[in-house]
Amino acid sequence: MADYPESYKYTKEHEWISVDGDEGTIGITDHAQAELGDVVYVELPAVGDQLQAGQPFGTIESVKAVSELYAPISGEVTAIHEELVDQPELFNEDPHGAAWMVRMRVADSGEIDALMSSGDYVTFLESADGGH
Amino acid sequence: MTTTNDSHGPGSYQPLGPADRREMLDVIGVEGFDDLFSSIPEGLRYGGELPVEEPLSEPELIRYLDELASRNGPASGMLSFLGAGCFPHFVPTHVDALIQRQEFMTAYTPYQAEISQGTLQAIFEFQTLVTMLTGMEVCNASMYDGASAVAEAVLMARRLMRRGGRVLWSEGLHPAYREVAQTYARHLDVEFELLRVDASGRTSIPALDDDVIAVILQQPNFFGVVEDLRAAGAVVAEASAKFVVAVNEPVAWALTVPAGELGADIVAGELQSFGNGQNYGGPLVGFMATRMEYVRNLPGRLAGQTVDAEGRRGFVLTLATREQHIRRAKATSNICTNTALCALATCIHMSSLGRNGIRELALQNLAKATYARARLADVSGIGFPFDGPHFNEFVVRLPIGAGAAVDACVANGIVPGVPLGRFDAAREHELLICVTEIHTRDDIDRLAQGLAEACG
Repeated sequence: MADYPESYKYTKEHEWISVDGDEGTIGITDHAQAELGDVVYVELPAVGDQLQAGQPFGTIESVKAVSELYAPISGEVTAIHEELVDQPELFNEDPHGAAWMVRMRVADSGEIDALMSSGDYVTFLESADGGH
Repeated sequence: MTTTNDSHGPGSYQPLGPADRREMLDVIGVEGFDDLFSSIPEGLRYGGELPVEEPLSEPELIRYLDELASRNGPASGMLSFLGAGCFPHFVPTHVDALIQRQEFMTAYTPYQAEISQGTLQAIFEFQTLVTMLTGMEVCNASMYDGASAVAEAVLMARRLMRRGGRVLWSEGLHPAYREVAQTYARHLDVEFELLRVDASGRTSIPALDDDVIAVILQQPNFFGVVEDLRAAGAVVAEASAKFVVAVNEPVAWALTVPAGELGADIVAGELQSFGNGQNYGGPLVGFMATRMEYVRNLPGRLAGQTVDAEGRRGFVLTLATREQHIRRAKATSNICTNTALCALATCIHMSSLGRNGIRELALQNLAKATYARARLADVSGIGFPFDGPHFNEFVVRLPIGAGAAVDACVANGIVPGVPLGRFDAAREHELLICVTEIHTRDDIDRLAQGLAEACG
């Protein structure tokens, strides 16, 4: 059973967000990378882009599929992890750490409360909806 | 297909007979054919007889079609100097002989790599030859034609810029290409602004504002003039806009500096000149080539080279996640095919000519067009609106309407060129003449004679 950090929040689209003050860091979960298979490419937004909660902001591509990436909360992108484009294997090796994708400014901290805790996320994965 | 109806017998290739139809209707459970349309309301059904003529017997039909066909004169039956985007070059007999091999002629789309290595290798070679010709890093597997390729280049530029804005394009970009691109972009946040050519026939690019997303020039341009791409590329490089170079006549690129060396971001256009006749204005061979960093935004199929599980070289379609069957509405284009046989003909012709042959072909075109221009300069009344360098096409200004001049020449078996008045009413006296390696000195002298008579 993978370790889903308790300090992170999770979305139904299998992303995690780690919040520190008004800065959020986003990545994909271990479940997502396992489902995707070997990641080959990621398309990230640009610094300065405005993300909308629930809206796609990029794509992630593996050998067998391509998926949208959805913003967990709204806010402005302050940094992107460009090395991921050249080292997509990081997603498979360390999805909750080294493979952070985007840092952003939290526009509305209320949106964070609507996300799942690590315990809720694990329950979600075991449910009928979460196993995909 | 086999049928229980003895009158056709097993393995029959004949179309359905009454007994076959009866059997199908019985299985479906209806009385007659019309019952199949019972879900369409009575008021919407077409009543009465269809206004279609009686069927013709086979000899009657052939006679009718022959009569229709005789209303056209094939270019091969006339002395033709028609160009304007679709060029009269010599296609060696071996090109047709090779593409008519069943393995090439009947091969379908190569999605299953295991049984498509020949097709995929041919596509890979095609892509490679075009990158060499254009000086770009990657080329797709071909597209329908130059017009849709340039339209897709506009969409690609918009994707790369991540925003809409203005596209500056030259009136030297083929008018049909501009019309197609405008249709594609009709519901997008893209506006087009036309740059006029000057007295030399070339386009100069003004300093660009930030809202410009692309600049498009054609090389050589629609008027046959060779643009100064180096100067244009330098201006575009000062801004964030994408530099798109279009091509109608790729033979010229044997002599011009490849756009890839002059800062082009995308090269898109037509390769019909290699391996494909004019036919009836098609089928054609479009293509797009770009920088490797933009490859994921390139539409069209891409053949890639790889190794199989045993380390042997093989070819596959690659980067398929750009394509419509995977990305649906977010695909780089809704076009999911290529003009494989025509691209193969292009590939065969180019490799037969080789680097030196292509250059020699281009030099012949240039020499003959230069001779033609000199002969026409001696015809009183004929002038030249543009004094810039040309390749195998140039524009003449006539003392009479160009359309009338064409009609007079056609009566003598000569089609002297394309009257430009049909694209731009202000150019009613201008005629675009194309001279290639297929024209002899006598042909060109006849052209000069014919135009002199028409205008005299």
